[in-house]
Amino acid sequence: MNNIEGKVRIPSGCAIAAVISKDGNRMTGEKIVESMKPMHDRSNGLGGGFAAYGIYPEYKDFYALHMFFNDRAARKECEAFLKERFEIVKSEIMPTRKIPAITDEPVIWRYFVAPLQSNLHNLQLDEKEYVARTVMKINCEMSGSFVFSSGKNMGAFKAVGFPEDVGVFYKLDEYEGYSWTAHGRYPTNTPGWWGGAHPFTLLDYSIVHNGEISSYDANRRFIEMFGYKCTLQTDTEVITYIMDYLLRVQKLTLNEVASVIAAPFWSTIDSKTDLYDKQKHEYLRTVFPSLLITGPFSIVFGFNGGLMALNDRLKLRSMVVGEKDDKVFIASEEAAIRVMEPNAENMYAPAGGEPVIIKVKEGAF
Amino acid sequence: MMIDVTGLEFNEINQKLRESDNKVILQGCLGQRFIASGMKDKNIAIDGIPGNALGAYLNGASITVNGNAQDAVGDTMNDGKIIIHGDIGDAAGYAMRGGKIYIKGNAGYRAGIHMKEYQDKVPIMIIGGSAGSFLGEYQAGGVIVVLGLNTNGKLVSNFPCTGMHGGKVYFRGEPPKSVFPKNVCLKLATQEDMKYIEKQIVEYAEIFGYNKDEILNAPFTVATPDSNNPYKQMYVAN
Repeated sequence: MNNIEGKVRIPSGCAIAAVISKDGNRMTGEKIVESMKPMHDRSNGLGGGFAAYGIYPEYKDFYALHMFFNDRAARKECEAFLKERFEIVKSEIMPTRKIPAITDEPVIWRYFVAPLQSNLHNLQLDEKEYVARTVMKINCEMSGSFVFSSGKNMGAFKAVGFPEDVGVFYKLDEYEGYSWTAHGRYPTNTPGWWGGAHPFTLLDYSIVHNGEISSYDANRRFIEMFGYKCTLQTDTEVITYIMDYLLRVQKLTLNEVASVIAAPFWSTIDSKTDLYDKQKHEYLRTVFPSLLITGPFSIVFGFNGGLMALNDRLKLRSMVVGEKDDKVFIASEEAAIRVMEPNAENMYAPAGGEPVIIKVKEGAF
Repeated sequence: MMIDVTGLEFNEINQKLRESDNKVILQGCLGQRFIASGMKDKNIAIDGIPGNALGAYLNGASITVNGNAQDAVGDTMNDGKIIIHGDIGDAAGYAMRGGKIYIKGNAGYRAGIHMKEYQDKVPIMIIGGSAGSFLGEYQAGGVIVVLGLNTNGKLVSNFPCTGMHGGKVYFRGEPPKSVFPKNVCLKLATQEDMKYIEKQIVEYAEIFGYNKDEILNAPFTVATPDSNNPYKQMYVAN
């Protein structure tokens, strides 16, 4: 985990893909890993990762912390800290395969934890806020320790390497989830490191992103006023915190969030004939101007029970959506969808700023 | 001649194409980029999904895709023909300077971005369905025709012809004026225009099995930049 991100510029695409079963049927990670192969040239080997939902049913009431440590000492120090805050019901080395394509791995562990009720009570915090603050604290203050996944019944898996190799490394063929997202990284501006690979997560929220945020610093300055800390030295993490702030803290709907981060042009809002819709957009752009994300992006946002795909309002990155039976597929390229499901139907490319929201049937996850 | 390209890299596919007869069918194509780039004397049919930049710098070859195509088809193509039996992704015909792209379905964002022409080199793109936003962005020459067939009247999304300073875009029907920038003129196609459109549509209708007269039996609108030099004196007196 060398922290040279930001000190070197590498001029450069990325690849994203996702699949979800609306019926909550669980799939192994094999298909999503395969889907990254035809998009190989969109990545350059400096980062690959996956988020999987529904993979830990036996621990579904516990927060699954996936962590990178620089060394054993960092782990010991962090575990002592975790024990002050959580009941740890299970801690183990992340199962991985040694393969030549993935090298220089940090120490990778996972913990299933429950917040100590007495702490929650003393701090008068709800569980999620407590976990989110703890994640921020570790990532900011404990050098050599990184939480890269912290949701219930979900997990992120990421590394420096090509995504198809990262999938093999983390044995994703042995997990079963109802929803998967994937990312192949081609870092623009900065070199790759383990923490800088996608997805970027907080609680059960995860983001995979193809693009480059022109508004990054404006977004970062705003969101850091609310206790979030951008520590991972790359632009995408700010999207994760914006999603958390707007959804969990401000309690906006997914559609409203899309209208904030990929707001239509004022001219487009002015020309709206639906008065309610027009006012809503005026309101959201006025209240959250600093959370408009400009620059090219296509993202897939994962959460417990669903996915949202979104393009920047100018649609400067490609994204295709298809479906078959209970499944919906999303990818940067149609070829990736055809790998997962050769007979996918209703293939279409959502317009810029048009969110595609897919939720698993109530009670099915 | 049939070539199974399952699992091949794009450079291997192009090598096989160069060594092949003039008539080739590629089977099992799945996302390989740059297929047939720069080729001039082949007739290629593709089953499966060709990757981005299909037929980039194409120089006379003919490509038929029996399905959808991804982004940047015909990037900077100089001559030849690309026929897509499905939809086409973003930035189709990017900076195209000659040849023809015929699309049965819809086009993504930025179709025909920065098309250009010079003397007898006039690129032509015909979109059977509707076009996404920024159609003909920075268009400098050439002709785009949008037919809006089977789209419930939808022709084009936001901001078509932004930065247009040459060439023409024809729409079958009347696109909403409000989505165009101010520097574009929209007029009803004249008889001369219609003759020109007919000439282009004959082959298109034949390829996709449409009745040409039915396509032409509608008023067409033509979009052009509103002067021959809309950026005159913007930077220097010219």
